[in-house]
Formats: sequence, C-alpha cells, structure tokens
Amino acid sequence: MDPLDIARWQFGITTVYHFLMVPLTLGLGPVVGFLQWRWVRTADERWLRLTKFFGKLYLVNFIVGVATGIVQEFQFGMAWSEYSRYVGDVFGAPLAMEGLFAFFFESTFLGLWIFGWGRLPKRIHLATLWIAVLGSIVSAFFIIVANSWMQHPVGVRLVDGRPRLVDIWAVLTNSTALAAYAHTITGAFAVAGGFLLGIAWYQLWRRRHDGIDVVRADRTLHIGSDPDDAGRDVADHAVWIRALRIGAVVAIVGFAGVAVTGDLQGKLLFQQQPMKMAVAEAACETGTGFSVLSIGDVGSTDCTGVTAVIEIPGLLSFLANGDTTTTVEGVKDLLPAYQAEYGRTLPKGPLYGARSGRPVDYVPDMQVTYWGFRIMIGFGGVAAFAAAVALWLTRRGTVPASRWLARLAVLGILAPFGANAAGWIFTELGRQPFVVAPNPTPGGVDGVFMFTAAAVSPGVTSGELLFSLIGLALVYAVLLVVEVVLLVRYVRGGVAAAMPELRREPAHDEDDDVLAFAY
Amino acid sequence: MLPTVWFVAIAVLWLGYLLLEGFDLGVGMHMLVTARSEGERRVMLNTIGPVWDGNEVWLLVAGAGTFAAFPLWYASLFSVLYVPLTLVLLGLIARAAAIEFRGKVHDARWARAWDLAIGIGSAVTAFGIGAGLALTTTGLPIDGNGDRVGGPFAWLNGWAVLGGLAVVGFCLVHGAAFLALKTDGSVRRRAGRLVVRGAPVALLPIVGWVLGVGLLTGGVVSWALVVVAVVAIVFAWLRARSGREGWAFVGIAAFLAAGAGSLFAAVYPVVLPSTIDPAWNLTVANASSSPYTLGVMTVVAACGLPLVLAYQAWSYWVFRRRIDVRHIPGLQEQPVLLHR
Ligand code: HDD
Ligand code: HEM
Ligand code: HEM
Repeated sequence: MDPLDIARWQFGITTVYHFLMVPLTLGLGPVVGFLQWRWVRTADERWLRLTKFFGKLYLVNFIVGVATGIVQEFQFGMAWSEYSRYVGDVFGAPLAMEGLFAFFFESTFLGLWIFGWGRLPKRIHLATLWIAVLGSIVSAFFIIVANSWMQHPVGVRLVDGRPRLVDIWAVLTNSTALAAYAHTITGAFAVAGGFLLGIAWYQLWRRRHDGIDVVRADRTLHIGSDPDDAGRDVADHAVWIRALRIGAVVAIVGFAGVAVTGDLQGKLLFQQQPMKMAVAEAACETGTGFSVLSIGDVGSTDCTGVTAVIEIPGLLSFLANGDTTTTVEGVKDLLPAYQAEYGRTLPKGPLYGARSGRPVDYVPDMQVTYWGFRIMIGFGGVAAFAAAVALWLTRRGTVPASRWLARLAVLGILAPFGANAAGWIFTELGRQPFVVAPNPTPGGVDGVFMFTAAAVSPGVTSGELLFSLIGLALVYAVLLVVEVVLLVRYVRGGVAAAMPELRREPAHDEDDDVLAFAY
Repeated sequence: MLPTVWFVAIAVLWLGYLLLEGFDLGVGMHMLVTARSEGERRVMLNTIGPVWDGNEVWLLVAGAGTFAAFPLWYASLFSVLYVPLTLVLLGLIARAAAIEFRGKVHDARWARAWDLAIGIGSAVTAFGIGAGLALTTTGLPIDGNGDRVGGPFAWLNGWAVLGGLAVVGFCLVHGAAFLALKTDGSVRRRAGRLVVRGAPVALLPIVGWVLGVGLLTGGVVSWALVVVAVVAIVFAWLRARSGREGWAFVGIAAFLAAGAGSLFAAVYPVVLPSTIDPAWNLTVANASSSPYTLGVMTVVAACGLPLVLAYQAWSYWVFRRRIDVRHIPGLQEQPVLLHR
C-alpha cells in the first residue's frame, strides 16, 4: 500500500475524530460560562445546578479533545515532513501562537476552575472559566488561520522554491480564515444548542414518564418531586425547561450564523477554489443553476452520466456572486485550465519518487464533496428546524409524553456533529489533489502550491504508518466508547450525578478540611 | 543572531517541559509502584490534578516552536522518530484520559485499570521523550534532505536507551521530591525517603548522558554547567536527607536546568547531527526559518511567555496546600476502595 494513502487516511480519521470533541467544547464552553455567570449574579441555585451538570459533561468531552489534539500537532512532522519543510516558514507560526496564546490559557485556567470550587472567590472562579473558554475560542482562530493558508496561501513570496513569510498580518487576516472562523464558531453553537436541547428534553420526558410532572385534563401542568431522589425536586423541572429553551435558542442562532457565514465562504470559494465549488455542485457544465439533486454516477470524473434531476436556475450564480446571471464554470471547462496551469502529470523529481510522472486528477472526489456539502447543510437545517418545533411544543412548560419524540430529540444531538464532520470532509477533500491549493485570485503568489503526493514523509514506511493508524484507531475507539458511556451515565443520573451534595446529608460537608473537588 | 536566540528559546521550552511535566510523569509512575492504598493513590493524583494539563502544553509549544523556528529540524526529528513518537502519543492519550476518567466511576476495578494507564502511559512517555532528546544531541541517520536512511528502527542505539532511562529515572526522583513537598502523612514520609535512597541510582543514566555528550562535543560552557549540575544535585541530596523538602526540590530543578543547559550548549550550533555524514548536519543556520518569521516569533514569545509563567506560577500558589488522605472526599463513603 502506498504510504501516501495510509497517511491520508490517518490524517482524515484523526482530524474528523478530533473534530467530534472540538465543536462541543467550543460551543458548550460559553454556555457553561453564561450559566455560571447567571448564578453568580442572581444566586439562584437552579443556575448552579445547570452549571455543575453541564460543566461535568463539558470536562469529560474536553479531555478527549485534548488527548486527540496532541496527535494532530505531532502528525505534521511525523507523517508529513516534506509538507512541514515546504510550509514551515509560514505554517509553524500560527501553531506556536495557538500554543502560547490559547492552549496555555485553556489548560491552566481550566485546572483552576475544576479545582477552584469553594477555594477561589466566586467572581474569580467565574473568571477562570471564562479565560479558559476564551482560550478555546482563540485556539480555534489560530488553527483555522493555519488551515485557511492551505486553502488560500497569502502573505508569502517564493524564495528558492519555498514560500517565505513576508506579511504575518496578511496571514492572520486571510479572507478565507475570517469566514471559516466565523462559520466554525457558529457551527459549534449549533452543536452545543442541540446537545442542551436533547438532554433537557430527555430529562423532562423522564419526569413525565415517572409521573413526577403531570399534565392534567385541563392542560395545566402539575410539577411534583420524586420522594426517592432529592435531585428530582420541583426546582429540577425549572432547571431542565430552562436548559431546553437556552439550547433551542442557541441552536437556532447558531444555524442562522452558519448560513450567513457559509454564504460568505461560498463566494470566496468561487474565486479561490473554483474546482472545489464546481465539484460540490456536481456542476459539470458551465451555467447558473444549483443542483438540489443530481443522479447518476456523480463520482465519474469526466461527468458522463451526471444528470441534474432538480435544479434551481440562478441559485448557483447567487451563491457564487450574489446575482442570478453570473455563469459559474463547470468541471469540463475548468479541467483544461488546471491542466494547462499546473501540468498533466506529477513533476519528475526525488520528492515524488515512484509517483513522478503519474497523471494528476484535478477533479476531487465528486461523490464525497457533493454529498458532504449537502449533508452539512441538510443536517444543520433539520436540527435548527427541530429546535424551533421544540420551542413550540414545550410552550406550556413541559414536553409531550411521546417516547418516540424523546428518542428523536436524543438522536437529534448527533445531527450537528454530522454536519460539522461533513463540512470538514467537503473542505479538505475538495482541496485535492493539492495540500496547499494554488491561489488564483489577484494578489495570489505564483507557484505557491503543493501536491498532496509530495507532502508525505519520504523516509517513513507503510509499516510504520499502518502501525500508528491501527494503534490510534484502536485507542480512539476505546476512548469514544468510554466517553459516551460516561456522558450517558451523567445524563441519566441528572443533576444529582454531578452534584452529589444534593443527595448527601448536609452534615458531611461541614468539615471544611475536605476538598470541594478531587479526582 | 535570531536563530541562536531561538535555539536558546527551544532549549528553554524543553527545559520547562521536563521541569514541570517531569514531576507529574513521575507522580504517575509512583501511583503504580509506590502507593500502597487507594487513599494514597488519590492523594498523589490530586497533587497534579490542577496542573498536569498546563504542564503538558509545554511539550506542545516546544514542538510547535520548533516547527515555527526550525522547520527542518522539526520535520527530520519527528519523521525519523516515527515509531517512538507514536508510542509517546499513545502514552499521552492514555494518561490524559485516565486522569480525567479514573474518579468518574466508583469501582475498584475501573480505578485499577486507569491506574495502569496512568503509570504505564507516564513511563512510556518519559522514555520516548528521553530517547528522542538524547538522539537529537547525539545524531540520527539522516541524508542530505533530512530523511531517514535505514528502516523504522534505524534510530535505535545505546544513546536512545540511555536517554530513555535518563528521563524515566529523573522523573521518578523529581516526582518523589514533588510528592514529599506537596503531601502529608505516609506519602510524604515514603516519598522523602525515596529521594534520598533512590536518587543516587535513578540519576545515573542522566549523568551518563550529560557526560557522554560533553565528551563528544562539549566545550567550556557545557563543562562549566556540568559543574553547576553536580553542585546542585549534591546540595539537593543533602537537603533531602535533612528533610528540607522545598530546598531539595529546588536543587533537583537546578540540577536539571544545568544538565539540560550543558547538553544544548555542547551540541550548539548543530541542532540535529547526521550520523552518516557531518556535511548533512542540521544546524542553527541551515535549519531555521527566515529572519522575518523568527522576528515575528520573537515578538510573540516575548509577549506570551512571561504571561504564561506568571499565571502558571499563580496557579501553583493557589494550590500550594499540602494534601493528605483526610482531605480526599468520598473515601469514607466507599470503604471497599480502601484495600486493594
Ligand atoms: C453545524 C455545522 C454546519 C452547518 C449547519 C453548515 N456548515 Fe458549512 N462548514 C462547517 C459546518 C457547518 C464546518 C465544519 O465548520 C466547515 C468545514 C471547514 C470550515 O471552515 O467550516 C464548513 C465548511 C463550509 C464551506 C467550505 C469552505 C471552504 O472549503 O473553503 C462552505 C462553502 C460552507 N461550509 C457553506 C455552508 C452553507 C451555505 C451552509 C448553509 C446553511 C452551511 N455551510 C452549514
Ligand atoms: C488547521 C487545521 C487543519 C489542517 C492544517 C489540516 C491539514 C491537513 C493535511 C496536511 C492533510 C493531509 C493531506 C491531504 O490528504 O490532503 C489533511 C487531510 C484531511 N483533513 Fe485536514 N487539516 C485541518 C483541519 C481539519 C479538520 C478540522 C478536519 C475535519 C474534522 C480535517 C479533515 C481532513 C480530512 C478528512 C483529510 C483527508 C483528505 C484526504 O483523504 O486526502 N482537516 N488535512
Ligand atoms: C489539524 C489541526 C489541529 C491541530 C494540530 C490541533 C491541535 C490541538 C491540540 C494540541 C489540542 C490539545 C490542547 C491542550 O492540550 O490543551 C487541541 C485541542 C483543541 N482544539 Fe485542536 N487541533 C486541530 C484542529 C482543530 C480545529 C480545526 C479546531 C477548531 C476550529 C480546534 C479547536 C480545538 C479546541 C477548542 C481544543 C480544546 C480541547 C477540546 O478540543 O476539547 N482544533 N487541538
């Protein structure tokens, strides 16, 4: 097996996995920060319960994000050494800034937050959480800057065949990065909103199912408490309905943000990576229509047999340029231009080894990009619609008794995760066959691009890559199972699972020699 | 000039990593080998609980800093050491997950499984980092492009093993000194004794590494630092013997700083020697980024590092209290967990 393919699979698997944890961390962090802020401001104990409960889930998820992030940082050097040499002058800087300005803040202040309960003054304790959360948000910025430079290289000059950084400001304010950053952050809110909503729905449904909350014949709601569980008292109902509403609003706002910023990204894409845009639309022919559904062999490179079944005239043009008349170039017209510009075959040279002279396929995998784009938008849209419906269905203060709706709400947690993963798969695979995509727009730097085939570490063998791929995949699988099992346990346990003091006799806590929190 | 500044900066980042994560890797290993009860294991874990993640970031920044300032060094070192670094990654993952998950389910078998992950993960990480650092001071089989010549294990030699043992040994001593400083009761007593009795043996490999590199490529500066290191460790040992835990810890830290300084001083200006042909050595001059990038990174580091040092110091101050078994919540409620 070609080491290149294994390295690509490894990078894809590990990043997509990392990005399961990341959006939840990014989105849930500010929400928990908000909840704790409300508690500090109002001293209302229900806010404290929400903070503790979602804080617990946040931490379980956070740690898996940390564990998998380290792999990402090392992989550039280990598996993509030639890439690291080529881009090193530009690409290392945002990674180092991320470490210095974000990861240090995140990790140090989260440690202070976790162990600071009862030890730090309330406001300072709240501030430690917010600093950690801001750390995450800043970290996302720097990593997106790095990624966006691969999509749209700016701020460099070509010296001795390698891009050399001449303008860090241009790299940090790359149009691609600003749009992608806003899009990713709002996408993370969509995830967090769905997460709150699904969990709160489940808890409210359980309260109805167990006969604690009763909807009477006149449709008024009677809120009760569970005599066997101090955690499920009257206040508990308020906790969950609050969480549900916050979640639904966050999800809807997140989706609105994603739609606006995604539109921006589409317009940039049209200028910066026209082939990716064409492939994402399965637009073989030049035209203006947006394909809602295309059938046939969407994956065939030469576009034979792709038929648009439903097409909205003018929409593609609108996505690309904000009007209905701009014609958008299709794959068939773009291909010859790419071939003329960057060659029909991989260059000869030691970098490419046995791969020299192989034909270059400039059309990214159409099946994956086309469907990736649609799954991203579709899953995100469905989740936002569901959030609006949920607000309506719960307007009287609780959820319907239906078991199926409850299952759907819990399952719905996954949709925004799917949308995020699909978005990345679309972005990254649509960039192929380049690892650093050429920049055709005005201001672009001639010659700054790199084929993925040249990026892999020349000295590293397939055996080594397989070893790490299998090792990481196995460990990741175990981690995922443990994380999900723990999250499910905490969700089932309700607030009391995260706040044992709710169930404990108060006498126990009088001894202030005992740590408020310990591993 | 700037490349040399950055060489020093990278040395400082690695030193920060070994100094800080050094003791939490050591504590991880001690949880497996030194602790005698569930209570003691939890005491140990909680001494590093609030700070281990912050310590680990020093590794990330050492790596990313090398990428930014010396991309060719980063690319060669990491790709040649593919196998050991994979093991380090697996070790770090196991450790991170275990620290967070261990206390989440109250069950003796669950805790035991994660203890293994913490202990073994810490040991593997320490060994792999040590091997990698030793090889970057003594050389790797790289060609003119910086790529490895030979198979996946071409890097494996005596220096790798020595460096691995050196960092494992150091972490054990440093971890014990940290435990003696941060705990009370049985853990404190045992850890204190361990420093006194264990250090002379556990520190032998690191002394061997420093002296070996000194003999290979050392100069006046590196030998001067060796003298400082010897003074520091003798001081630390004497203080540990008279029960002065704070001074012992400081002495060990000074020993590491001087030892690591001596290593980096000895190899300068080479950052990664080629064992095949010295003409292919990666040096401060030929492996570094452009002056512009280094300038940007200098500004970034000058703003960032002092801030990091300040708030990390604050967090150690917040958690300065010694921990004892009686501080650990929940032990009374789960008597099953007390015996193993
Ligand atoms: C909840 C998640 C989510 C949702 C609902 C959407 N996206 Fe998205 N999208 C992402 C999550 C995401 C992402 C994972 O965050 C990506 C991957 C890379 C990036 O920058 O963001 C992305 C990439 C991405 C790109 C590719 C940018 C590039 O390759 O340079 C475009 C054009 C869009 N999105 C457009 C949209 C549009 C028009 C949406 C309509 C509502 C939309 N996205 C919904
Ligand atoms: C700064 C952020 C990122 C950088 C620098 C980056 C870089 C890379 C590199 C170097 C490769 C390997 C070369 C290639 O096959 O194209 C790659 C592939 C890939 N990345 Fe990214 N990536 C980033 C973020 C992400 C994220 C967050 C995801 C998804 C969650 C992702 C998904 C993928 C996938 C699916 C591939 C495999 C594509 C293939 O098979 O060729 N990437 N990326
Ligand atoms: C391939 C590119 C990536 C690399 C090299 C990378 C690196 C890392 C590393 C090293 C960590 C652990 C930090 C710690 O120890 O505290 C981490 C965590 C994190 N990363 Fe990534 N990352 C990548 C992709 C992304 C992307 C695209 C985003 C966001 C848009 C992101 C956001 C985060 C966040 C929020 C965390 C905090 C912990 C968590 O995820 O739960 N990362 N990343």
